Amino acid sequence: MYWYLPFISPSASMHLMSSELFTLTYGALVTQLCKDYENDEDVNKQLDKMGYNIGVRLIEDFLARSNVGRCHDFRETADVIAKVAFKMYLGITPSITNWSPAGDEFSLILENNPLVDFVELPDNHSSLIYSNLLCGVLRGALEMVQMAVDVKFVQDTLKGDSVTEIRMKFIRRIEDNLPVGEE
Amino acid sequence: MFGMLFSIRSFVAKMSPVDMRDGFLCFQTSKYKLHYYETPTGLRFVLTTDLGVGSARDALQHLYSNIYVGLGVKNPLCPLGEPVQSELFRSRLDAFVRALPF
Repeated sequence: MYWYLPFISPSASMHLMSSELFTLTYGALVTQLCKDYENDEDVNKQLDKMGYNIGVRLIEDFLARSNVGRCHDFRETADVIAKVAFKMYLGITPSITNWSPAGDEFSLILENNPLVDFVELPDNHSSLIYSNLLCGVLRGALEMVQMAVDVKFVQDTLKGDSVTEIRMKFIRRIEDNLPVGEE
Repeated sequence: MFGMLFSIRSFVAKMSPVDMRDGFLCFQTSKYKLHYYETPTGLRFVLTTDLGVGSARDALQHLYSNIYVGLGVKNPLCPLGEPVQSELFRSRLDAFVRALPF
């Protein structure tokens, strides 16, 4: 077993922690949800909801730490997500491919997914989207920066595909609403 | 105060050649200076100071990254859209503002 010793480096603000602990924690979470909800669709929805709640807070932490400014278009957003955000939080850099002609949809290809280390899906959970938390996180985070997006898994190594592919589609820009009575 | 800030912000956005977030930094009257910092997520930080102060932008940024994110955001019991109730947040904020060089 490979352990990262936790330490606080003066130059980095991130503590390194054991990736096994993270994988095990996520696995325990999904297992418990499967027991609580009994059907895969409900578990998927819960994972998405939890991911959303994480995402709306994670974006603040991300902006505070990475200091990136507002992105001017969806391509810049895709770059920031793949090269900065994924690297910062999961330690991987997915590649960006399959841009739609209108430039409003793209795919993130993850060669390895730290959430699913050592995981195998049993046959009775074939419609479970194990890493659906990630979709919720991306959706919640982007909503806080005024972008409504649709995020879903189109390929999953857990289901026998060679890579994991997440498809992200830009739906619309969310306008700032003035609170009622402030006009 | 929100209405006034929003109007100033829209005004600056129309006039400024730079990205709007860097546009509205501060304004001053004969009595005080108001510093403004806005994040892409729509959070707005306002600091009023005496006229003698230069740019408080770094201080506001530090406030955001360390105090707000560290305590408000990362604390899952802290609801996001409402006024902050946390005592720890108040005391850290207080200590930070008192420690500023101006």
